Amino acid sequence: MFQVRIHGRGGQGVVTAAEILSVAAFDEGRHAQAFPSFGSERTGAPVVSFCRFDDRVIRTREPVMEPDAVIIQDVTLIHQVDLFSGLSPDGYVLINTSNSFSDLGFGDFFDQYHTERLMTCPATDIALEHLGRPLPNAALLGGFAALTGEIAWDSIDKAVREHFAGPVGERNAAAVRAAFDYVASKVKEVARASTN
Amino acid sequence: MLRQIEGSKAIAETVALCRPEVVCAYPISPQTHIIEAVGAMVKAGTLAPCEFINVESEFAAMSVAIGASATGARAYTATASQGLLFMMEAVYNAAGLGLPIVMTLANRAIGAPINIWNDHSDAMAVRDSGWIQLFAETNQEASDLHVQAFRLAEELSVPVMVCVDGFILTHAVEGVDLLDQSFVDSFLPPYEPRQMLDTKAPVSIGAMVGPEAFEEVRYLAHLRQLDALERIPEIAREFFESTGRESGGLVRPYRTEDAETVVVAMGSVLGTIKDAVDARRDLGERVGVLGVTSFRPFPSDAVRDALAHARQVVVIEKAFSIGAGGVLSTDIAIAIHHEQTLLRTVVAGLGGRAITQRSLEKVLDHASRDELAALTFLDLDQGAVDRERARMHATRRSGPSAENLLRDRSAVSPRAHA
Amino acid sequence: MTSQRVHFYQVGSFAVGNRLLDEDERTVQAHSDRTNSIDSGHRACQGCGEALGARYALDAAMRATNGQIVAVNATGCLEVFSTPYPETSWRIPWLHSLFGNAPAVATGVAAALRAKGQKDVRVVAQAGDGGTVDIGFGCLSGMFERNDDVLFICYDNEGYMNTGVQRSAATPPAARTATTEAVGPEPGNTFGQGKDLPRIAMAHNIPYVATATVADLHDLERKVERAMEFRGARYLHILVPCPLGWGSASAETILIARLAQESGMFPVFEAEHGVVTSVSHIRRPVPVEQYLSRQRRFAHLFGANPRPDIVAHLQSMAEENIARYGLLQPEMERSS
Repeated sequence: MFQVRIHGRGGQGVVTAAEILSVAAFDEGRHAQAFPSFGSERTGAPVVSFCRFDDRVIRTREPVMEPDAVIIQDVTLIHQVDLFSGLSPDGYVLINTSNSFSDLGFGDFFDQYHTERLMTCPATDIALEHLGRPLPNAALLGGFAALTGEIAWDSIDKAVREHFAGPVGERNAAAVRAAFDYVASKVKEVARASTN
Repeated sequence: MLRQIEGSKAIAETVALCRPEVVCAYPISPQTHIIEAVGAMVKAGTLAPCEFINVESEFAAMSVAIGASATGARAYTATASQGLLFMMEAVYNAAGLGLPIVMTLANRAIGAPINIWNDHSDAMAVRDSGWIQLFAETNQEASDLHVQAFRLAEELSVPVMVCVDGFILTHAVEGVDLLDQSFVDSFLPPYEPRQMLDTKAPVSIGAMVGPEAFEEVRYLAHLRQLDALERIPEIAREFFESTGRESGGLVRPYRTEDAETVVVAMGSVLGTIKDAVDARRDLGERVGVLGVTSFRPFPSDAVRDALAHARQVVVIEKAFSIGAGGVLSTDIAIAIHHEQTLLRTVVAGLGGRAITQRSLEKVLDHASRDELAALTFLDLDQGAVDRERARMHATRRSGPSAENLLRDRSAVSPRAHA
Repeated sequence: MTSQRVHFYQVGSFAVGNRLLDEDERTVQAHSDRTNSIDSGHRACQGCGEALGARYALDAAMRATNGQIVAVNATGCLEVFSTPYPETSWRIPWLHSLFGNAPAVATGVAAALRAKGQKDVRVVAQAGDGGTVDIGFGCLSGMFERNDDVLFICYDNEGYMNTGVQRSAATPPAARTATTEAVGPEPGNTFGQGKDLPRIAMAHNIPYVATATVADLHDLERKVERAMEFRGARYLHILVPCPLGWGSASAETILIARLAQESGMFPVFEAEHGVVTSVSHIRRPVPVEQYLSRQRRFAHLFGANPRPDIVAHLQSMAEENIARYGLLQPEMERSS
């Protein structure tokens, strides 16, 4: 089972992101479950959603407390919310920011983690470029695919087009591709750096 | 067709396949997505003929359903929590009149303090109303149960409430194999009312009944629920034979054959419990699970049979009767009525508190060592309770407890990591 | 089911009153082959205004729809006295659900008929003033707002008579009820702002709103027939004196209803789409004292310790009604 927790703010499509990710996993023939943190939060409030997928039937209904990956849609949540609770040292982190991971001021918090699994991606910039709106959720899923390899890029692409019909789907799919390429190249970069 | 779909949408699409003729809706979280989706289908004309009525309250929603059902229409509505309480008088009335309305209950806690999250307090509040109450374990079952519910309701002239855990199921996106129209049409014949408002054969429905016959009317309602005890498994079997899916029925045992300890529960928490039980089985403990699908009518015989060999029964309940204890536990106790069985109640998941596998395993661990108290509140913050008790003891004007607890909590546990 | 031979056991024949009038002036009830929604044998009190009003209203509705009506009834006197177990007086399909939900139940009936394509069958909902202006008010406003195809009839006897004469929001100021006793410096019901349901109904802009009394049954029948010409939400508010609750003589129900109208205490009018289209003019104006003094619920205003100040207050309310609706005959207004 692979478990993902997505943090963001109300209005950024946090719940939609988990749903699309689950559909992508479903399209790959896996069992998948996505659900929100069930809040009554309004626009702008911190929001959490969850997605888990597995090759076996998923029975559990508990929230994702030990995620394999955490996606942060809003960088301003750092130091506001316990974003990395339960994340194992083998876990993945993808943060929506144009800064680099090391610039985010985590100190020695991630010392025990794999550097190539900790990434940032300027998903809002990518979304603004492709959608004209600051909705980073779909783009981050492209980045997630590149970072973890758990879900194929084309499954995300298909799920995004299913969710957003017509031209909006096209534009979101373009953002997914751009973020995927961005993160994929950064992963390669880090891998090259660590082998050198 | 198997689709990755939100629970509410799967329920709405299944309800539409049942061809309801009148749907009335008043919004309340977490039921909203269901009625929104049904409303959209009526508006688009894909669900027709159907009247979708936006009413001004839940009381009106159930009342509209009563009028529609009494006029021979297949009537549906959905609600939750405060909404169910607000319509309570009409809930009893629908059952008393014997009108086969089907209602989805997106289970949610009841305030005060106001709380939109899941537990079973709402369903328990109307357990004596005369409605059949079926609890869904998954969204697949939640969807399937609606078809069975209409069939059952209309056969017996009894309203049926399909209880679906709010948010946990209604807002979860997961794989659901949706039925097709031809199957539903064959499984669910057109509604043929036992009584209806018909100008060609006028009847008075809802007349006053005094002491000379009231008991008989109530007893007849009880007999119809006993009939349901027969029909619920038969309908589930017929459904299984056509679909291959084990949706519905009275109870669902899991690894109980040789189990010394059996956990009893209702609804979506059964999934997490099964994971916990498997983990304990791997450690060599003989534990099993009994899911109760039909809460009303209560399947006493089926429960007794399933628990016959258990030394210890642990009932995990998302509700409790304040000042008494478990609600489901009481029914289980009456059903098993042998003194040698240890009956333990664990109240869990109130107001949406997550029921984790870790906590459940702790319960099973305690149970295995006979250390489980007769009544336990899972993951209770005893310190916070004690501090509030102390405040109440110290000063008369101690203020509202709910707010005090929140303040206490934020003072004790700073919420963010640095 | 549209009509039936009715045997009037009081006179042992099929004959009934009004026979000295011309055929077209007779009430529905005067015809031996009249429609019959509610049968004899119900348990209403002597002189019950509600029983009379309901029979005329529903018979008129039956005639207007060729018998194709369904009635929904709120809890209350009418429901209780018409369906004493194991009997029923209703000869039309009739449903009683609860006290406060008759408008919504009627909406459900109308929706079901619509879904089933039964356009010829019409729905009438009925309630007393408690079931209309108090506990049923939310459902009624919702039904009006949606403009559901329901004629809602309020039989207004100005209090909770079924439970033993308690105050409702339709109880007039100063009236004694079991919860507004005639004691203290301000005896009886307090002077509030009132809850004028006909005007509230008009504010919903529904197609048809009318008031009537059992003193003018021709007018009542005509208004029911007019109401049935419209589709959508319609409201008919009928003043029905209650001898028990008002402390009036059983034989004076019609007289008291007439005095309510002639004194201006109860304006009789009709309105379409929120605009008043006609009023029943006062033929012989009377001071409110004549209306009040015949009812024991106002007895504390007269007698040994009279309260002319309160009577004057009620008179001013009647005059406001007269002015608002122009209730005086035009020539009388000129002469006054």
